[in-house]
Amino acid sequence: MKHERRHGNASTERQPASAGLLGRLDDFLDDRTGYRALLHEALYERVPGGARWRYVWGSTLVFAFMTQVITGLVLWSSYSAGAQTAWESVYYIQHEMAGGWLLRGIHHVMAQAMVVLLALHLLQVVIDGAYRAPREVNFWLGLVLMMLVLGMALTGYLLPWDQKGYWATRVATNLAGLVPLVGPSLQQLVVGGPDYGHHTLTRFFALHAGFLPATLVVMLVVHLSLFRKHGLCAKQPLIRPDAMFWPDQVLKDAVAMLAVMAVVLGVILMPALRAMLEGRPIVPGELGAELGAPADPSQPYAAARPEWYFLFLFQFLKVFEGWGATGEFFGAIVVPGLIMGVMFLMPILGRWQLGHRFNVAFTLGLLAGIGLLTAMATNEDYAAVWADRAAFADVEKLLEETGNDPARIAAHFGGDTSKLAAFEARAKKLDRIRHSQSFLDAVTGAKADAARAVELAGRPERIPPTGALDLVRNDAFSQGPRLFAQHCGSCHAHVDPSSPDAPSVEAKASAANLHGFGTAAWARGLLDPARVGGPAYFGNTAHKEGDMVSFVRGDLADADQWKPAEVEAVIAALAAEAGLPPADVPAAVVAEGRALIADGERCGSCHRYGPEDTEPVDAPNLTGWGTRDWLVGIITDPTHEQFYDGMNDRMPRFGVAQDGGAPPLTRRQIELIADWLRGEWYRGTAHAAARH
Amino acid sequence: MPGHLRPYAAPDHEPTPGRRGAVAKLLAMLCGGLATLPPLVAGGWNFLDPLRRRSAAATFLPVTDVASVPDDGLPRQFAVVAERVDAWTGFAAEPIGAVYLRREKGSDTVEALSATCPHAGCFVEMEPQERCFRCPCHNSRFMLDGGIVAPSPSPRAMDGLECRVGKNGEIAVKWQNFYTGIAEKVARP
Repeated sequence: MKHERRHGNASTERQPASAGLLGRLDDFLDDRTGYRALLHEALYERVPGGARWRYVWGSTLVFAFMTQVITGLVLWSSYSAGAQTAWESVYYIQHEMAGGWLLRGIHHVMAQAMVVLLALHLLQVVIDGAYRAPREVNFWLGLVLMMLVLGMALTGYLLPWDQKGYWATRVATNLAGLVPLVGPSLQQLVVGGPDYGHHTLTRFFALHAGFLPATLVVMLVVHLSLFRKHGLCAKQPLIRPDAMFWPDQVLKDAVAMLAVMAVVLGVILMPALRAMLEGRPIVPGELGAELGAPADPSQPYAAARPEWYFLFLFQFLKVFEGWGATGEFFGAIVVPGLIMGVMFLMPILGRWQLGHRFNVAFTLGLLAGIGLLTAMATNEDYAAVWADRAAFADVEKLLEETGNDPARIAAHFGGDTSKLAAFEARAKKLDRIRHSQSFLDAVTGAKADAARAVELAGRPERIPPTGALDLVRNDAFSQGPRLFAQHCGSCHAHVDPSSPDAPSVEAKASAANLHGFGTAAWARGLLDPARVGGPAYFGNTAHKEGDMVSFVRGDLADADQWKPAEVEAVIAALAAEAGLPPADVPAAVVAEGRALIADGERCGSCHRYGPEDTEPVDAPNLTGWGTRDWLVGIITDPTHEQFYDGMNDRMPRFGVAQDGGAPPLTRRQIELIADWLRGEWYRGTAHAAARH
Repeated sequence: MPGHLRPYAAPDHEPTPGRRGAVAKLLAMLCGGLATLPPLVAGGWNFLDPLRRRSAAATFLPVTDVASVPDDGLPRQFAVVAERVDAWTGFAAEPIGAVYLRREKGSDTVEALSATCPHAGCFVEMEPQERCFRCPCHNSRFMLDGGIVAPSPSPRAMDGLECRVGKNGEIAVKWQNFYTGIAEKVARP
């Protein structure tokens, strides 16, 4: 089956010298290069049956690839592959360099458009039977090109070295390790060693910007020349007269390219339009591609998901949950391998009409399956957005009342199996909503972390040479809540007393609510007879009936012993000790308060205060109460004679090594908790939404 | 569709371009050009970013004290230490370059010379035996006061830097870079 292509020769023959300087230059150039013939060869391809929209997909893919080459090369000129520089350089491109957000945005969104265009191109080729003889090899080349593009998408995801890319890549490379025999070696080669780090980035970057695109270019050249050799596989029957590639098909291709670019720009600029309509300021750095918080192997990342076009694989693996490594091997390697195998066999199968029908049905089925799995994954993650959780209030209540004990739940329904079954079905639904909600919360948290990292990176001191992760790890605003939740939150509450859920949170806590510790408001609550013995202060501790509580309820409540103005003066003095004094209190009042604290007949009868070395007593020293040093001291060792000494309730000594091991918290971690409790952290111009 | 597999037989005649051929060509070029514009604009815009960057304003940086510069007329090399910002990274104080300081016999006046060769920017070295400066790249030679030794590849003498001596003898030098290869001493922005 030899295909012939014919061209008119008139326009390629040497033409007589054209008039004018430009004409002569043109002739000179053509004489030396023969460019007219080349151009003619490129443009005057016959399109049997006329130009059609269905032929545009290949051209849009070439266009998309060229866009990636242009934007990729410029990104390359500012990107720095290294564990302490990758995130930082991408931050710099996105937030500080001119037009970086647009450049990255186009590269990022076009990569996704390319995956969609690949699917459309494949679909068109299969439906039109364009894989059949003599075009089998070109079809196989196309499949290889597809895998190369997907490989570039996968490797590109890691390069910003943010939490999202880091965790997704760990999963992807671990799956690669499941390949029989060579898996572990393959994984180690790709990762650049046994651990993730500099060489993971340099190797992924070399793959992403070197090996894969170079291979792709070679394959693409062969793909295109084979396409030209065989000519366009025209959709039968031919309904219109033949046309030339230029300008008829080129026009349709160009319109399609413009449409693709318009969609890409639309995706990038949509949030800007929304901000404009809602009257919010447009921050260019927030447009285009996302940049998560810097990769941190020590922080869980519950928002980890692959890019949306790999979501189907992620969901598919869940089918094999409970099968262990065998299931993952099956789901991530065997099944995708079989699917690729069938696709490689398509040109052979397509020799028979039935085989062609199978191929079309298989491709459509595959895309439908991918669509379905993607929808399932999306539904699992976002169920809480559209589900009405309030409708499950009774289920939630019963589950809490019965402690999720199946026997007690069954007893509740008194043997009515249909009611029990209905309840169980609804409990399952509720579980899915809860699951989804925790994912959505993780996404919100990840966004806040990312915004905070960007805010820290923008400090006038810039990013230290140790990298942005170091900034995040030493940031009281990000680390304080985490450390508090891990080490303090099991006893202490930290909730704004004016918030509606404060009473329930405080009631569950077994130690004081530390929200606003060191402020006048906190001190006022402590010295309030109605509150000192309540759950926000000593109510749930061993000091519930202690000296302080009886003092506040007795002496302090007695206006003959303590004038209200004196109590206020002590409050102001305590806040001033902490360095957080209310602005409107005169210095004289603070001085009066300090004198009352020092007075051996007043506070000083139990508490030490001031530089004088007085008798040790079983109450915290109030010198520098609430300061950073004071907080660090009490967290380090509450049993120290400066604090509770022998009267310490159950608070651990967080900074003291026990049984020869390391202390539960490092000095730096304790400082971060102290800074966070005192509300001392870097505040940029665009402060991230408070999360604590 | 039995015809589906039949090889396509091209007719012998060239298809005639439609009446709207010229319009189609124009439109195709327009659409193609517009589609390619965004990556080119974004790429060019971003690629030219370094042109917006300016070096930190020239400031006086502490170098050493008068006692460390012997009054024998021989230049001594001192590191200039400063905090530095390189794109996204902020470095704590570290050596960022070097200057030569010299003091004449009995004088309290300190002269400062930039160690950067005005010819092509190499690091000029001090040759104590020959009592002169020599640039290792193209053999430009300078006298101890930085004056040019003709003939020289360098178009001008070594660049002097403004120098202040404080009350307690501490020396501060105004740290600046100059364009190389030209006869005039012009500070870089």
